[in-house]
Amino acid sequence: MIAELGHYALVLALALALVQSIAPVVGAQTRDAALMRLANSTALMQFGFVALSFAALTACYVTSDFSVATVFENSHSQMPLVYKFTSVWGNHEGSMLLWVLILSLFGGLVALFGGNLPATLKAYVLAVQSWIAAAFYLFILLTSNPFLRLQPAPLEGRDLNPILQDIGLAVHPPLLYLGYVGFSIAFSFAIAALIEGRIDAAWARWVRPWTLAAWMCLTLGIAMGSYWAYYELGWGGFWFWDPVENASLMPWLAGTALLHSAVVMEKRNALKIWTILLAVLTFSLSLIGTFLVRSGVLTSVHTFASDPTRGVFILAILVLFIGGGLALFAWRGPLLKQGGLFAPVSREGALVFNNLFLTTACLTVFVGTLYPLALEAITGEKISVGAPFFNLTFGPLFVPLMFAMPFGPLLAWKRGDLPGVAQRLMAAFGLGIVAAAITFAVAGEGSIWAPFGIGLALFVMAGAVTDLVERTGLFRAPLATVRLRAAGLPRSAWGTAVAHFGIAMTLLGIVFVSNWAGERIVALKPGEGVSLAGYDLTFNRMERRGGPNYREIAAEFTVRKGGVPIGTMAPSKRDFASRDTSTTEAALMTRGFSQLYLSLGDTEPDGSVAIRLYYKPMVLLIWLGPVVMMLGGALSLSDRRLRVGAPKPAKSALQPAE
Amino acid sequence: MTRKQRRLILIGASVGVLAIAVGLVLSAMRDSIVFFHSPTEVAEQKLGVGKRIRIGGLVEPGSLQRGKALNISFKVTDGKNAVPVHYKGIVPDLFREGQGVVAEGKLEPGGTFVADTVLAKHDERYMPREVVDALKKSGHWQEGATEDPKGTALR
Repeated sequence: MIAELGHYALVLALALALVQSIAPVVGAQTRDAALMRLANSTALMQFGFVALSFAALTACYVTSDFSVATVFENSHSQMPLVYKFTSVWGNHEGSMLLWVLILSLFGGLVALFGGNLPATLKAYVLAVQSWIAAAFYLFILLTSNPFLRLQPAPLEGRDLNPILQDIGLAVHPPLLYLGYVGFSIAFSFAIAALIEGRIDAAWARWVRPWTLAAWMCLTLGIAMGSYWAYYELGWGGFWFWDPVENASLMPWLAGTALLHSAVVMEKRNALKIWTILLAVLTFSLSLIGTFLVRSGVLTSVHTFASDPTRGVFILAILVLFIGGGLALFAWRGPLLKQGGLFAPVSREGALVFNNLFLTTACLTVFVGTLYPLALEAITGEKISVGAPFFNLTFGPLFVPLMFAMPFGPLLAWKRGDLPGVAQRLMAAFGLGIVAAAITFAVAGEGSIWAPFGIGLALFVMAGAVTDLVERTGLFRAPLATVRLRAAGLPRSAWGTAVAHFGIAMTLLGIVFVSNWAGERIVALKPGEGVSLAGYDLTFNRMERRGGPNYREIAAEFTVRKGGVPIGTMAPSKRDFASRDTSTTEAALMTRGFSQLYLSLGDTEPDGSVAIRLYYKPMVLLIWLGPVVMMLGGALSLSDRRLRVGAPKPAKSALQPAE
Repeated sequence: MTRKQRRLILIGASVGVLAIAVGLVLSAMRDSIVFFHSPTEVAEQKLGVGKRIRIGGLVEPGSLQRGKALNISFKVTDGKNAVPVHYKGIVPDLFREGQGVVAEGKLEPGGTFVADTVLAKHDERYMPREVVDALKKSGHWQEGATEDPKGTALR
């Protein structure tokens, strides 16, 4: 009964979406305010019905109603309650329902908080949002219905994939989807602007907060996914350049570029056409990401099931929206008026530089991800493009970008003074050089990239601090003045500095881990020990334990440093009988920003157990960086300018037609 | 500077960066791409010894031998031909005899494949797609045998 209710609610949402796809457009064309206003109610009701549908599916999972096919395939009555909730989206059907839930949430938010938008723009935005929603409702209802029943109902479920039985599943997909789908707002605004053939600085002011919010979620979502893979897969890697990871990185790169170009558009009314194109491309890349992950083109932990009809359906959605968006851009883009002028050396110029490198880096990721698919489709030859490819292409493009990062915020709008800025960055640059020299002296022979990377990261960090110091006049003006200036500084300036500091933290972590990580793979018997990076581990004993839906073998190790015990680590291997499968639960010990990482392998014929021990120096910086970046975004989002919103336009457009 | 000159600088810079990117991609394509081969292709074609490749198939039942100090050998088969593989280290959780596997490494002169990476499935229900294709090519693929996205629900 509950499942049918959820199914029915989703059908109603589709009907509403179809109404909302047409009515506001007609309303905007005929200046009919009532028709345009209709979109507000339908957007909110759509969200209501999708939420109801999602709640119904959740109820099926929580009550372990195995007569519903997806519940049977992905849940188990003995599973802890939290996983019963998260397994709602731990499968293809449910995750698509989460996708449309977030899509309709964003549509509802625009309807609710877009009160100060010009009526026609809002009508078009909600209509475009609804086109996307309608396509995905259809996709779910026709190919991926999560509410299908089984007859007769099985007694017990097949359990959730054990790798997904982790708190990471509660955090990573919703955040990632908030990011992916959040970019749909930027897309809808871009399409609306193209249909209207009109765009101004206020447009960027409306789009920027939405883009920023989506970008924040995507940043954190990617980072959480990376950390989850790090501790759950038992390999200790944080990024594998797996096509599925790349699928989330591409919209992030394009979204980051969009974030920066929207600033230029808002402040200087320039780069309009480019910003529109980026908005279209960013969401297109989100769609491509969804296609890659959900179509079964790739095999990975993210691919839940491969059913060819689904792939074809998503491909059709892809072609419709990306092709349609780009065609509309080609047709209407030239109508948009060019804006303010700027010299190549200026804040605008720096942001163009940023955009150029971010989009090019995105392009190399795109090529590396899709080339194997294209090659296989054309020649049948199978290749894999892995880390070496991306290190050779993505890396060199990111270096100039990082290097230019401290310069951008210090340059003036319109015409900047590069020698002056360089002078102000001398201290930061000096710090970078010193750090590189020290690294070279300490680490000695080895990769020259280590000193370079550390110098670069510290230069960017110090550059971000320099920006704030310069703006507040610290060390030059009296302290009272500095405090006053700091308080008066726009939050977006703080946000910029904090976010730039964050990306440098990530770089620092990556440099440390890729240069000085230690690894030991050995087989041990109880009583034996192993040492790594100054830590001595002793294998105490093996223990068999039972869990709610698994049995596990846990090994206990005592960790000593300099002979002093500092704790125990207990990695384990879990066997899930319901799926005849097992997982490795790594044990982590955090020391400052560094971690010891211990995971179990198989038991050898002689009774010894294989272990894999890693020392990961400064590894936590890799994920703390994105957290700091997100905080920077939040600071920027709380900027008064964005909070208060754009000045209200003249009322004329809002008046109902006589 | 006129608007035209500025635009030229912008376009010039874009083309420059793109050219660099294309150069990087092409040079990386030459050196850092790994080709995938089925055991039959390894047996029939004279594949270069010492070149990094991936092979995939099923772990031949009865071929798995665990030696001292985490050394493992097994055979990867597609039903027609089998390639002996040697690996040192810890294998993934779902690595088992009779299951799909992908190994990355180099072919030794003696015909043994020395792997430095062994990948198994993430989920016991699905098989690496490369392996499915390799089995289909050799005619040993049974439809619905292991890959069964919908049918399991109706058993």
